[in-house]
Amino acid sequence: MKREPLIFEVSDKGKRAFRLPKLDVPSGKDAWQGYPLRESIEGFPQVSEIEVVRHYTRLSQWNHAVDIGFYPLGSCTMKYNPKVNERAAALPGFSGVHPQAPGEYAQGCLEVIKRTEELLGEITGMDAFTLQPAAGAHGELVGMMLIRAALADRGDPRRLVLIPDSAHGTNPSSAHLCGYRVREIKSDDSGRVDMADLEKAMTPEVAALMVTNPNTLGVFETNIKKIAAVVHSRGGFLYMDGANMNALCGICRPGEMDVDVIHLNLHKTFSTPHGGGGPGAGPVGVKKALEAYLPGPAVARREGRLVLVEDRPKSIGRVSGFYGNFLVVVKALAYILALGAEGLKEMSEVAVLNANYIRKSLEGLYHLKYRTPTLHECVFSDKLQKEHGVSNLDIAKRLIDYGVHPPTMSFPLIVPGALMIEPTETEPRRELDVFIEAMRSIAREAKESPELLKSAPHVSPVRRLNETAAARNPVLRWIGEGKEPSRG
Amino acid sequence: MSYISLSDTDKREMLERAGAASPEDFFQGIPEDFRLGRTLDVPDGLTEPELLVFMENLASKSDYGRCLSFLGAGAYRHVIPTVVETLSSRGEFLTPYTPYQPEVSQGTLQVIFEYQTLICQLTGMDIANASLYDGASAAAEAVLMASRVNGRPKILLPRSLHPHYRRVIETYTRNTDLELLEAGYGDDGRLDLRDLESKIDDRTTAVLIQSPNYFGVVEDLEAVSGLAHARKALTVAVAAEAVSLGLLEAPGRLGADIAAGEGQSFGLPLGFGGPYLGFLGCSRDFLRQLPGRLAGMTDDAEGRRGFVLTLSTREQHIRREKATSNICTNQAWCALRAAIFLETMGHDGLRELAAQNIHKARYALETLSAIPGVGPRFSGRAFNEFVLRLPKSWEAVDKGLRSRNILAGVGLEKDFPELKDCLLVNVTEAHSRADIDRLASSLREVLR
Repeated sequence: MKREPLIFEVSDKGKRAFRLPKLDVPSGKDAWQGYPLRESIEGFPQVSEIEVVRHYTRLSQWNHAVDIGFYPLGSCTMKYNPKVNERAAALPGFSGVHPQAPGEYAQGCLEVIKRTEELLGEITGMDAFTLQPAAGAHGELVGMMLIRAALADRGDPRRLVLIPDSAHGTNPSSAHLCGYRVREIKSDDSGRVDMADLEKAMTPEVAALMVTNPNTLGVFETNIKKIAAVVHSRGGFLYMDGANMNALCGICRPGEMDVDVIHLNLHKTFSTPHGGGGPGAGPVGVKKALEAYLPGPAVARREGRLVLVEDRPKSIGRVSGFYGNFLVVVKALAYILALGAEGLKEMSEVAVLNANYIRKSLEGLYHLKYRTPTLHECVFSDKLQKEHGVSNLDIAKRLIDYGVHPPTMSFPLIVPGALMIEPTETEPRRELDVFIEAMRSIAREAKESPELLKSAPHVSPVRRLNETAAARNPVLRWIGEGKEPSRG
Repeated sequence: MSYISLSDTDKREMLERAGAASPEDFFQGIPEDFRLGRTLDVPDGLTEPELLVFMENLASKSDYGRCLSFLGAGAYRHVIPTVVETLSSRGEFLTPYTPYQPEVSQGTLQVIFEYQTLICQLTGMDIANASLYDGASAAAEAVLMASRVNGRPKILLPRSLHPHYRRVIETYTRNTDLELLEAGYGDDGRLDLRDLESKIDDRTTAVLIQSPNYFGVVEDLEAVSGLAHARKALTVAVAAEAVSLGLLEAPGRLGADIAAGEGQSFGLPLGFGGPYLGFLGCSRDFLRQLPGRLAGMTDDAEGRRGFVLTLSTREQHIRREKATSNICTNQAWCALRAAIFLETMGHDGLRELAAQNIHKARYALETLSAIPGVGPRFSGRAFNEFVLRLPKSWEAVDKGLRSRNILAGVGLEKDFPELKDCLLVNVTEAHSRADIDRLASSLREVLR
């Protein structure tokens, strides 16, 4: 395949892709006096419009995407992103409104925020929400800050946070950023929180347990209320990572599981596009006892109008420049309203059906460390293929040859060589079958011709890339031909 | 509207294969005592036409669009070339995940690499990351990064810093040992260097300086870094209006060690505050302390150039609690839009864009200052914003202008009690001369 040059490599002096209207005000005498001006922007591109258009169109064709095919990344919930949601977010009454506009001038935007908060409250059973966090990890940070603030109000913020060994890496990282040390909680033989280990670890030094439910194996934490009771009885808070909420909508609510704080990922459960890594949105929901600590400003209803309430003495403060990723929230609201109550339940039911269909179809061919029933995702491993010297990485790369995006790799950490598969509810059965067939062929190939897997992918725009060299000798920007690239 | 793709036959056969009689069977592990047992109190689903009507109604409740607005203060209305919309809305850019599988993500990865390069060129930094949430969180991450670099306990923030940025920094540092100190501003609106100098000592991790600052005034970055470096403290340069980088000297060439800011001006709509784009660059010496994702260049098995996410040993999915930040999902699609915007504007276009902003703001300031009692609060050089002093109460003036469908700016007294009856006015290339003249004549009427 043809190499697409970097835009800097096709740049040439004097080319333009855009022109501004002529300046319609006098430029004034001594206009530049007193400014620290730069002579030029060294290396900055100069190209024509068609060059920009072809550059990006060609680059786009080198991506796999939900719009192109199956994307079974576990824990990422790569569902279809409805196009009408993009249209809704682009309405000038949302996209064109300035965040410093007085509340009276932004009633439509405030109503999006308020309605979404209320709907998320109903879906999760939590009492209040903030939409300010820009992503899941941002939500985790906010959630832990709320807990810390509430504990500090009681006189002791405590020192430790408990996190199961199956948790996403952002959990310990967010707890750390909030000033906590982390103690890991073991998983039991079913893949759930080990109650004995929790009992032992849950001391008066512990601020919170951060639990993902269903957890990263796709297993529901059946003991969640007992877990909550243990944590609460020793004065701690129960934090739920809601990354896997796609399994539970209309089925059960974290609020009724005695969860104190939850974050959601609107870019997972509520279908806003992942955009190649973001933007997402990570709303945080809390029970009444923590509401006063939520970031400000908050949106409130007053005499039929919506107002921004800035005066919140117990608030942890701002976490975003303005109101978070507002246009992402518009898209999530559109998704919730399109589905409605019945649709939300069906969403979770079918997400779970699709995952179990895949699980049943691949059982026996791939090793399943935990036999416990699973909900919206399942985690196989490369244990059987390792006997032929084939790793999960080889399996993943070979899947690319079959036109399928690989599952999430090597996570959760409690399953060595993990392949974590989450199909979501929007996939057609035909796509699931293509994936299942590909996985079956690969299991066969692993036995018969392992070399084929090790040298995969064979039909992608590039072959397997040397990630070790990239890290050892980092080239993180274009410098110019014949010049030494930037070395870290 | 359901987006589910299964036919009734599919469902039946798939349930059978999965060994279940109904979907209910899959949820047996969820104890009865907290099963919902009722339908969610969410309205019935809407079809696409119904949804659009609903959303259009909601959007039409925002009266902002009926106003002539000069609001800036961290979010700016600039021209967005058509190609930015057209190209960024391609499903191949909008609907992939983070490019963890590089062989099928070369598009996104090369875009990130180009974006990193563009940010380096603009800021004069050696390296830049793949994006952070927004300008305020980028400033906060820059502060945390500086403290990791030299381990000192105090950070100096200018009083002329965007108040929201200050609050986000306060939130992010609340549970650390970092102490925040404030340096004042002078009559020119710039950082008071004497005050700054008196507050920097050997325990200062960094001096943060926003330029143009919250008041729109261009700072003397070189002098500030000189004072910081004399005490071996770092200089963190923050830009809330990144278009300024098109014409003003790159912070890296004026002594900044870390540059952070808001990239919203590069092709992102106002969007009631988001999604925006936090950028962060630094000297290559601090590479291991840089938070967030990085794309790097490498070769494939056949020696062809390709791109991968790299140096992930800094990140949470590898390092967990020892990571440089907890960030995972970032603002990749916003960075894509910024890259398309900047490459479309090009070298000459971006410089002209910046120049027009200066000229228009200058014209507006001069025109408004011709009104008796009205004038600039600060004497320093402005980029595309300035603080206007009014002879009457801001509330009364605002009310009068609002009745004429004009939002003239952000009143400053709430965040700066010393700036009573002052407002922050933003003018960009998107304002015509007629817009500015209308503001002036309306203000004249209101003050009469």
